[in-house]
Amino acid sequence: MGIAPVELDRPEAESVVQTDTPWITLVWNDPVNLMSYVTFVFMEYFAYPKEKATDLMLDVHEKGRAVVSSGTREEMERDVTAMHSYGLWATLQKDD
Amino acid sequence: MRRGFSRDRKGRINVRVDPSELLVLDDLVQQLYALVKPESSENDDPLAAMVGIESTATEHDDPAMQRLFPQAYPDDAAASDDFRRFTERSLREEKVERAHIVQVGISRLTAEGGQGQIPADEVPAWLGTLNNLRLVLASRVGVSDDEGLWRRQIEHDPELVQGAMIYDWLTWLQDSLVTVIHP
Repeated sequence: MGIAPVELDRPEAESVVQTDTPWITLVWNDPVNLMSYVTFVFMEYFAYPKEKATDLMLDVHEKGRAVVSSGTREEMERDVTAMHSYGLWATLQKDD
Repeated sequence: MRRGFSRDRKGRINVRVDPSELLVLDDLVQQLYALVKPESSENDDPLAAMVGIESTATEHDDPAMQRLFPQAYPDDAAASDDFRRFTERSLREEKVERAHIVQVGISRLTAEGGQGQIPADEVPAWLGTLNNLRLVLASRVGVSDDEGLWRRQIEHDPELVQGAMIYDWLTWLQDSLVTVIHP
C-alpha cells in the first residue's frame, strides 16, 4: 500500500477545459425581437460591453445563432431561463 | 410631448399614445394575461406550486406558447420537460405580474388623456410586456422571416392585415422605449 498516485497519465489540457465548462447557451435568430432589444438584453443580463453585445446580436441575426455564454449545466440553465424571461429564443447543450 | 416613449429634461420617462390605441393595448394585455397565467388544477401539489414547480409540464401545442416558453434542450424532450417543470411557473408568474403593472399603468394613462410618466421601476414590466405581446401577435399573424416576405402571404386576409398593423405599432412603441433606456 502506498500513497503514490496510481494514475500518472494527466488528462490533456483540452479535456480539462471541457470538464470545467462543458455547457453552452445558444440564442437563436427570430424575426420578432428587435436588434436594439437583443443588444440591450446582452448588455443588461451578461454585463457585456456594447461592442461585444452588438457583435453577438449580429451573429444571431446573420448566422442564425450565437453562443452567448458557457459554464456548468446549472449556470446555463439559469442563463436560458433569463433569456426566456426576456423573450429571447435560447437553448443549452453540451459544448461538443 | 413626443409620441411613444421619450425622456424629459429631468430624465423621467414619459409616454404619449392615442386613447384609442390605449384601448387596443388594454385589450391585448388582457388576452396575454389570460394566455400566460399559470394553470391550476385540483391535482396540483400546493407545496410544489408555492416554490414554483409544475407537477406536469410538456411542450405546448400552441405556437405562441411554444415561442414564449421554448424547449430548453433542442434534442432532449425529457430534459426539456424537467427544465419546464422547474422554470415555467415562475416565468408565467413574472409575465402575469408585468402584464398587471402595465394594465394599471394603462388605466392611469387613460385617466390622463393618453399621456403620463412611467416610473423607472415599471420600465421592465412595459418592456417585457410589449415584447411578449409582439411574440404572441407575430405567431398569430404569421411573422416568419426577417425580410417581411410574410406580409405578401397575408395581404388577402383583412383580419391578419389588421393584426400586422397592430404588430407594427407595438414594434414602433417598443423600439421607442428601448431607444429611451438604451440610446
